Formats: sequence, C-alpha cells, structure tokens
Amino acid sequence: MSDVAERVKKIVVEHLSVEEDKVTENASFIDDLGADSLDTVELVMAFEEEFGIEIPDDAAETIQTFGDAVKFIDGAS
Amino acid sequence: MFDLTGRTALITGASGGIGGAIARALHGQGATVALSGTRVDPLQALADELGERAHVLPCNLSDAEAVTALPKDAAAAMGGLDILVNNAGLTRDNLFMRMSDEEWDAVIDVNLTSTFRLCRGVLRGMMKARWGRIVNISSIVGTTGNPGQGNYAASKAGMVGMSKSLAQEVASRGVTVNCIAPGFITTAMTDALNDAQKEKLLGAIPAGRMGTADEIASAAVYLASDEAAYVTGQTLHVNGGMAMI
Repeated sequence: MSDVAERVKKIVVEHLSVEEDKVTENASFIDDLGADSLDTVELVMAFEEEFGIEIPDDAAETIQTFGDAVKFIDGAS
Repeated sequence: MFDLTGRTALITGASGGIGGAIARALHGQGATVALSGTRVDPLQALADELGERAHVLPCNLSDAEAVTALPKDAAAAMGGLDILVNNAGLTRDNLFMRMSDEEWDAVIDVNLTSTFRLCRGVLRGMMKARWGRIVNISSIVGTTGNPGQGNYAASKAGMVGMSKSLAQEVASRGVTVNCIAPGFITTAMTDALNDAQKEKLLGAIPAGRMGTADEIASAAVYLASDEAAYVTGQTLHVNGGMAMI
C-alpha cells in the first residue's frame, strides 16, 4: 500500500472509529463505514490538512470510497 | 457557574449598546474577546476599558470578503474561536409600500447574510474542537412583526430558521446554535423613538420598563457557557413579558 493510502487509512480509522481491515478499496464511507454526511465533510477537511491540498466541493462530492480518496489525493499532491 | 476562562469570543456590533454589554459580560467571565464593528474609536475605547484579553477587529459586514476574513483574523488574534456572537444589525425602516429594494437589501445583507457567512466561517474550527457556541441576536419583531420594519423583521425571523437548521447539523459535534430575541432595550436604536411611541410601548410590557443591554448580555453568557451544552436551536426571549412565546 502506498504512503498516501496508509495516511488516508489512518485518518479514516481514527475519525470513524472503524477496524483497519474494514477500510478496503471499495469501502463506502457512508454505506460501509457508518459515516454521516457531516463525517464526510470532516474527512475531507482532515485530508486537506494532512496533505496540504484544497479539495473543492464538487470534487469532494465524488469522494465516496476509500479508493476514491486515495485516487484523488494521488492526483492532487 | 458560567466560567468562560480560556474561551475566545468574537462579537460583532461590539460598538453598539447590546454588543458592548455582551463583550463586557463575556470578558468578565474570563473570555478573551475580539471586538468587531465599523466604528474603530468606540471599539478601541472598549478594548482599552477591558484591558487584557481584548482585540479590536474592525469589519464592514456588507463587504463579503471582509466578512469571510473576519473569523480567520479573530482566530489568529486570539489563538482560536470558541464563541461567535452575531449581534451587528441595522434598521432601514419604511412603510412596506414605500420600501425600496436598497432598504430591503441593506438590512438583509448585514443582519442575515453576514450572520450566515460568519457562522459558516467558524464551523470548521468549532467542529474540530468538538466545542462551539453560536449566539445570534434576533429580535422580538422577528416573531411578532412590526409595522415599518418588514425588512428588519424578515432578517430577524430568517436568523431563527437558519439557526435551527444549523443547530441540527452540528449538534453531534458539541456545537450549539441559539438565538436571543430582545424586546425593547434601552439603546441608541430605541432612543430614536419619540415619547409617545415609548409611552405606548411601555403599556404593552408587563414589566413596565424597557430592558437593559446587561440583561441581554446575561442571556448571552448563559448560552455561551458549558452549562448550556444541552440547549440548542432555541430562541431565548428577553422582553419583560411583552410577548410570551
């Protein structure tokens, strides 16, 4: 797993209080990891801080799964 | 009770009667305060009076960019922002049939839109901290209406609906959002009333007197405190009994 993926996973595990092995490529934050809509906003805020990037609202909406997040951050940073 | 030591608060309209009283009261409970308003001299005078833990941050609330920058500036000056008091407001009274678009827009912009922008601007920090207090100063006329104040009443009623919506979104993060609805309070805004108007008003107030800015400030201290953690989305009417809602 890439460095980015490791860091994203750590944030997700901490923020959503889920087991690390639940955070798989296609795991949906809302459907599989128990996030509510506010959690997804907070996750995006946390990603922005961790990676020093800006995630615009329209891009944030496309980040539904762990894999989406890693892919977006890989492309942005 | 109601100890605010270590808390940081931004108060808009702090050069006015109610805003100044709120700033003094929060400061008196131990909070660090950022005083915002358009008139620098009275803000500076208040900061000088308060001494330590007081910052002056002038801001024109009809300027969107300045409003967006204000929460960041306040957080930078105080090292955080735990409490936001949206107190700034203006009136442009006119009979409905004569009210211009400009009079409508000016009141909605400053009273409602700037409140929205400031609330939005402070959320990130409050959500991360899992603690925050937003106190929006509405008005009795937002509930009862008032002839000649269609714009002002709309802005103050809008504030209540907005606060209730936001309160539901952020309650799980330890952030509360409440309104205070003052009745008739002795300030520059109500000094503009003539004696006949005042006489008529007093007849409608069971307490038989106008309220004081300090009585609004006490309500703000309560809503900003740890003790009010379970109170959110509410409107606290402080009006001497003139409307019991």
